[in-house]
Amino acid sequence: MTNVRIYVTYKESVFDPQGDTIKQAIHALGHDEVADVKVGKFFDVQLDPTKKDISTAVKEIAEELLVNFNLETYEYKVMEEV
Amino acid sequence: MKIAVVVFPGSNCDIDLYEALHTVLGADVEYVSHKCEDLSEFDAVMLPGGFSYGDYLRCGAIARFSKVMPEIVRMANEGKPVFGTCNGFQILTEAGLLPGALKQNNSLKFVCKTVPLVVENVQTPFTHEYTNGEVINLPIAHADGSYYADEETLAQLEENGQVVFRYAKENPNGSLHDIAGICNERGNVLGMMPHPERAVEALLGNEDGLRVFKSLLTSGTVKTEGK
Repeated sequence: MTNVRIYVTYKESVFDPQGDTIKQAIHALGHDEVADVKVGKFFDVQLDPTKKDISTAVKEIAEELLVNFNLETYEYKVMEEV
Repeated sequence: MKIAVVVFPGSNCDIDLYEALHTVLGADVEYVSHKCEDLSEFDAVMLPGGFSYGDYLRCGAIARFSKVMPEIVRMANEGKPVFGTCNGFQILTEAGLLPGALKQNNSLKFVCKTVPLVVENVQTPFTHEYTNGEVINLPIAHADGSYYADEETLAQLEENGQVVFRYAKENPNGSLHDIAGICNERGNVLGMMPHPERAVEALLGNEDGLRVFKSLLTSGTVKTEGK
């Protein structure tokens, strides 16, 4: 089995209220070097690459369920054999 | 007219919808399980507010895969009245029956209060009892009601008169174009974040929502081809 981590974030054009609030808190800590913060989520998906090509499987799962393309975009990383 | 109120796991405004239609207006209405695969006996379908499937993943995202959904899509495509309030609106967008999406309120807060709305399209089966430009007050209660669509979609919505309800004074959640409710191009599918079913009796302080349901019951005579 292979562990694939799928990251889902808002598109650049979509306001991220959590990221904005966290950025303000970071600034309150005195970290003026921080220009922006974005919040997203990730899914660790264990799948069997002998049953289906990883990129095809991830694309289908992400596009049919995990991502709402009105708001969000995604990328993924193949992590390790489980 | 026979009306279905769909009950999903986590729906909590289903009884309000039922009572508004049945007790207040005497309509022929029935609860229908999310597992129901045949809505052929119904002329209209209502999706209630609440937290279907615990709002897991995204609000409405899991409800889209319910067994009842193909029937709701069929009814929408046949031009039958399909209505969603709050979580019901989120489900309709997730299912692709309405454009855009509802995201977390800009304030990050759950907003629960009565707000003024302008009615901007009175040619839908849910709004023809209102007058164009009329301002009404309806309760909202949501954490994820900020309407978002890309510029092109927003322009199409405005051009086609698909913005049915717009927040009149303050924008409570960051919705683009102050959008509170929209319909599809044909006008038979309507989704809105406010809760008209909670404003149907003077005794409870507000009956501005009652005409949504009165409109539905007399919608047989109305042409639903948008504005």
